[in-house]
Amino acid sequence: MLGFVARRLGLMVPTLFAISLVSFAIIQLPPGDYATTLVSQLEDSGQTVDTAQLEAIRERYGLDQPIVVQYWTWISNIVLHGDFGQSFQWNQPVADLLSSRLPLTIVLTLSTVLFTWIVAFPIGLYSAVRQYSWGDYVATTVGFLGLAIPNFLLALGLMYIALTVFDADVGGLFSAEYEEAPWSLARFADLLGHLWIPVIVLGTAGTAGLIRILRANLLDELHKPYVVAARSRGLSETRILFKYPLRVAVSPFLSTIGWVLPLLVSGEIVVSQVLSLPTTGPLLLRALRSQDMYLAGAIILLVSVLTVVGTLLSDILLARMDPRVRLGIR
Amino acid sequence: MTTTLLPEDQTPDPTPEQAPAPADRDRASQWRLVWWRFRGHKLAMAGLVVLGGFYLVALLASFLAPHSTSWFDEDYIYAPPQLPKLVDTSGDDWNWGPYVNGYTLEQDPDTLELTHTVDPGTRIELGFFVRGESYSLFGLVDTNIHLFGPKDPDQPVYLLGADHRGRDLLSLIIHGTRVSMTIGLVGVLLAFVLGVVLGGISGYVGGKTDGLIQRVVEFFMSLPTLPLWLGLAAALPRDWGPLQRYFAITVILAIIAWTDLARVVRGRFLSLRTEQFVTAARLDGSTRRRVIFRHMLPSFTSHLVASLTLSIPAMILAETSLSFLGLGLQSPVVSWGVLLEQAQNFRAMADAPWLLLPGVAVVLAVLSFNFVGDGLRDAADPYR
Repeated sequence: MLGFVARRLGLMVPTLFAISLVSFAIIQLPPGDYATTLVSQLEDSGQTVDTAQLEAIRERYGLDQPIVVQYWTWISNIVLHGDFGQSFQWNQPVADLLSSRLPLTIVLTLSTVLFTWIVAFPIGLYSAVRQYSWGDYVATTVGFLGLAIPNFLLALGLMYIALTVFDADVGGLFSAEYEEAPWSLARFADLLGHLWIPVIVLGTAGTAGLIRILRANLLDELHKPYVVAARSRGLSETRILFKYPLRVAVSPFLSTIGWVLPLLVSGEIVVSQVLSLPTTGPLLLRALRSQDMYLAGAIILLVSVLTVVGTLLSDILLARMDPRVRLGIR
Repeated sequence: MTTTLLPEDQTPDPTPEQAPAPADRDRASQWRLVWWRFRGHKLAMAGLVVLGGFYLVALLASFLAPHSTSWFDEDYIYAPPQLPKLVDTSGDDWNWGPYVNGYTLEQDPDTLELTHTVDPGTRIELGFFVRGESYSLFGLVDTNIHLFGPKDPDQPVYLLGADHRGRDLLSLIIHGTRVSMTIGLVGVLLAFVLGVVLGGISGYVGGKTDGLIQRVVEFFMSLPTLPLWLGLAAALPRDWGPLQRYFAITVILAIIAWTDLARVVRGRFLSLRTEQFVTAARLDGSTRRRVIFRHMLPSFTSHLVASLTLSIPAMILAETSLSFLGLGLQSPVVSWGVLLEQAQNFRAMADAPWLLLPGVAVVLAVLSFNFVGDGLRDAADPYR
C-alpha cells in the first residue's frame, strides 16, 4: 500500500509541474506584460503613472528578466510565500480574493460528488436488477437527457421555474442578511437552503454517467456463473446481490471520481455564473474578460491542482478497496 | 359450425427487411452488415433522421429562414411568439390560408417600457415561396425567394418571438444551425488526426514512447477543461475577425478533445498487434506503414466512426458553453451558444422565456448524435 501511494505521488510531480507551466503560459498569452497593462488601465482612468512605482512592479515580478526567470519568480513566490501576485482589477492581493471564495467552491464540489453517489447508486442498482422494467426505462431516458442538456440550460430552466411558479429568486448561496455575516449555525443553515439548486444542476450530468456505468458493470456481473452457483445453493437474492456482484461493480464506481471531478470543476464555472454564486468561477470569468491575468492564472492553477489532488485521494481509496489496483495487476 | 384457424407458421414475418436471407448475408460486405444491424436500432435511426434534417437546414439556411441575420426591427423588441393558424373563423365566412395575429403595442406610462401583446383582431397573411430579402444560395444563385414569410414583407412575423434588438429568433436559430453543427465536425476532424497519429504511435511502438504519450494523455484528462479553454479563448487577440476566431476556437477545442480518441486507437492497436493477420503481414515483408494503414486501421474503422460520432456532441456542448460565457464565438457570428448568451441576463429571461429556445435545438442535436453514436457502436462489429 505504501509503495502504491509513493508511486502515485511520484507520478503527480510532473503533472503538477505541467499544470504550473500551462497556468503561467495563460498568464503570458495576452499581448504586453503586467506593467504595460497597469499603465494603460491607469491612463484610461486619467491617472498619471508613477515611474518609481512602475520600476518596483517590474522588479517585483522580474518583468525585465528572461521568461524562465519570470516563471521561477512567480512559482517560487506561490510555493514559498503563498503570494499569488496582485490583481489590478480589484487592487488586492490575489490570495486575499481567493481565500473567501475557494472554500465555497470546494464545499460545492464535494457536496455535488456526494449527491451524485447517493442518487446514482440506488438508481443504477435498480436499473440493473430490474433490467427492461418500467423504472429502468425511465432511468435510462432521464440519464440520456441529463447527459445532453448543458449545465447552464438546466440552471436557467430551474431559475425560470422558480421565478414564475414559486416566485422566488434562487441566485446566490446566501440570503441577503447572511451575505456579510460571520459564520454561525444560522448562516450554515442558510447556505444549505441555497446549496441544493446548484448541486442538482451540477450533479445531473455526472449522475447520469454514473448510473449508466453502474448498470453496465452490474449487468456484466449478474450473468456470471458464480452468481448462478450462489443461487443454486439457495442464497437469498438480496444476499447474492450484496455479497458478490455489487462489490465487484462498486470499485469502478469509486474510480469514476477521476473523471467526475474535472467535469464538476468545469461545470461549476458555468453554473456559478448563471446562478451568481460567490465561488471562484465568476471571479475567473471576470478576470479573463478584463485580462487580469495573475488572478486568472492563480485560479486555473489552484483549481487544477485541487482536481489532481482529489483524483489522487480517490485512487488511494480505490487501492485500499481493491487489491488488484494496489498490486498493479491489470 | 366451422372455425378457421390460421396455422401459426402462416403469420407474416415480423421483420422482413431486417433479416436478410442467409445467402445475402454471406455475400454482403462489412459495411452492408453494419448498416443492417444499425437499421434495427430504432433510436439510432430516429437520431439519424433528425441529424439529416439539421444538416439540410444548415445547407439551405438562407432559403428556409424568413429573414437574414442582420435584419431587425426596433419596434418589436421582445415581441412574443405568434401561433400560426390555418383557418380564420372570426368573420362570417371561414377564411382559409395560413396567417398569424398581429401585435398591439402598449407603453407603460411610468417606465416607458414597450410591451407587445398578440392581438387576435388583426391578421397577417403568410405565404409560401414569398419574396423577401435577397441572398445568394450556395454563392451561385442570387434570389429573394424564401420558403415562407408574410405576403407583405413589411408586416411583423415572429413565429418564435423576437430578441433584444427585434430580430426574428426563428431565423437566427436556422442560421445558427450552420455554425453550431459544423464547428463540432471541424474540431473533431482535427482531434481525429491528432488522436489517430499519437494513439497509433503509442499502441504500435509501445515501450517508452507509449509510456510518455500515455502520461500526456493522463495529464490532459486530469485537467478541468473549461478553465483551460476559457484561458486560451480569452487570450485570442481582440481584433481577430469572426472567421479567424471560429477557427481558433475549433483548434482550442481539439487540443483537449484528442485524448479520448487516442485512448481508443491505442487500445485497438495493442490488441491487434498480436493478431495473426498482422504477424502474417509483417512476415510477408510489409513496411510498417503498410501494416498500419493497409491491415490494422481498416479492421477497426467502424469503431473509429462510432467514437468520432460520440465525440461530436461534446464539441457542440463545449462551443455552446464557451459562447454562452461570452468567450467563444461572438456576434455578428450567429450560433446557438451566441443566441443563448442573451438569456444570461436574468431579467430578460423572465420577460422573454422564448430566448431559451436555441437550447432546445442544442439538446435535440446532442441527443441525436448520442443515439447515432450508440447505434454505431453496437453495430460496429457485425461478425460478433
